[in-house]
Amino acid sequence: MAKTLMKGTEAIAEAAVQAGCKYFYGYPITPQNEIPEYMSKRLFEVGGVYLQAESEVAASNMILGGGATGERVMTSSSSPGISLMSETLSYIAGQEVPVVVVNVVRAGPGLGGILPSQSDYNQATCGIGHGDFNLIVLAPGSLQETVAMVQKAFDLAQTYRTPVMVLCDGVIGQIMEAVEIPEGHGKNLSHPEKWACGYMRERGGKRNIIRSLFLDPDELEEHNRKLEAKWHEIEKNETSCEKYLTDDAEVVISAFGTVGRIARSAADSLRAEGYKVGLIRPLLVSPFPYKDFETLIPTCKHILDVEMNWGQMIKDVNRGVKYRLPVSFYGRSGGMCPGVEEIEEECRKIFAELS
Amino acid sequence: MAEKIVYQRPKSWVEGVHSHYCPGCTHGIIHRMLCETLDELDIQDITTGVAPVGCAALMYGYIDTDFIEAPHGRAPAVATGFKRIRPDRLIFTYQGDGDLASIGMAEIVHAANRSENITVIFVNNAIYGMTGGQMAPTTLLGQKTTTTQSGRDPLRAGYPIRMSEMLASLASPCYIERVSAAKPSHLNSLKKAIRKAFKNQMENKGFSFVEVLSTCPTNWGMRPTDACDWLVNNMIPYYPLGVFKDFD
Repeated sequence: MAKTLMKGTEAIAEAAVQAGCKYFYGYPITPQNEIPEYMSKRLFEVGGVYLQAESEVAASNMILGGGATGERVMTSSSSPGISLMSETLSYIAGQEVPVVVVNVVRAGPGLGGILPSQSDYNQATCGIGHGDFNLIVLAPGSLQETVAMVQKAFDLAQTYRTPVMVLCDGVIGQIMEAVEIPEGHGKNLSHPEKWACGYMRERGGKRNIIRSLFLDPDELEEHNRKLEAKWHEIEKNETSCEKYLTDDAEVVISAFGTVGRIARSAADSLRAEGYKVGLIRPLLVSPFPYKDFETLIPTCKHILDVEMNWGQMIKDVNRGVKYRLPVSFYGRSGGMCPGVEEIEEECRKIFAELS
Repeated sequence: MAEKIVYQRPKSWVEGVHSHYCPGCTHGIIHRMLCETLDELDIQDITTGVAPVGCAALMYGYIDTDFIEAPHGRAPAVATGFKRIRPDRLIFTYQGDGDLASIGMAEIVHAANRSENITVIFVNNAIYGMTGGQMAPTTLLGQKTTTTQSGRDPLRAGYPIRMSEMLASLASPCYIERVSAAKPSHLNSLKKAIRKAFKNQMENKGFSFVEVLSTCPTNWGMRPTDACDWLVNNMIPYYPLGVFKDFD
């Protein structure tokens, strides 16, 4: 597809279709309604299924059932809706079903507001539901990157047979940018006949059971060991991070998603003023790129963590730099977005203290 | 003289296993009817079951088809997600009264209202079995449970919900029938209803719902035979057997 000016939510939807996702189950919630609206029309054109569920609870269970066919299925929602889906995501992880969930985060807690926020970082990265499991979480910072990450999410979900979340915010959802959406992507990587339901006849009467109930503790521990080993494999293969001007940086800004992009502008203008500032931005926030943060220790003197929340990523930053660098924080909440100037000002204060 | 087989294990019943159900529980009868139906219609290997949360959570230990476990009450949504993608395959849910009529009320109502082309077996024994005998939405007035120790009082706990009648008030569902597993004379209707609910799905007719009145001797605190009598004398008057909807 040629470069087109698109709204974030529509780019997300079309990227999924081009990644071979023909099945969408969802429930309306602002600020992501254009995704289901787009899908309701588009999926009929490609012979797929769009279904408006009666709730997010039902939608998440529909993707559990849909994912159990081994096909590429997705849902999208926003913070309160994701909370309702979190129980099912635990089942989906335990039952090893590949699904993609797009979360266009809005400000909380509670009903909160509908403006952009990153306040669900903890929810997404600290095991979204009950039980011992992890979710792969991608955090795009631009529309082009969102397109790539949505498509990558399907590959990851199928390769590892696990739920994958694309963690956006209202800025990504509502911004318009020129994007190019790669076509023809979408090979099924999950070998459904080996594990999915609906292939018993082809398998000569051998059935598949998609389950997470193991009443025998030995059996459950064994199952959990397998999930844990899979997670270590994901950590080894998929951890991803952008480092920008960090080689000689004395102050490094850490940020993810939209804020990473704002911080990049701040780093550029501070460099023009002669300040040695860099940026480190996890592309996946789960698994977190701890090793990339560790590489900052020899040269960096101070980390400024900037987020659209009250500092949920700080604990991971501290762990990454092994608690050996001072980490300060600047953030906005409630739907307010940190501006370039505000970040610059924070950095100047840090340089004043360093000298 | 040639041997004539009068009774044997259905092909769809997993070989060599005994169920975990309590003595006298009617789940075993309903499972058997389900297996006989899968055999007779030759659909065992194109059918997927959705296991509930409740006593039947481990039913895939006995019924040899593909299975997906559903979170408590969500089986109709799980079945919907599957069936919409694989209309060439059959899917059924098997849910108790706590699962279907309490926590899963929204999912069953909306699956019925969309007339999803699925088969639902609803086992109503008027109590929570697996968790140890608490009040269910279908617990009868005055019935003692561990959470209604002096009997269900409608002022505090409302009236028992008649699911079949309620779902039959919707315009969309194809087939709704209430049957019983308590007496040998009930079993022909039970089998016929399950068979019809699968046939409907094979013919793409839409949502088919079979409510089976069932016993729970353990949590009712009765001998199995007394439990069957109690069902006939107390449940059937409130939950009358019969067809509530049939598009045929």
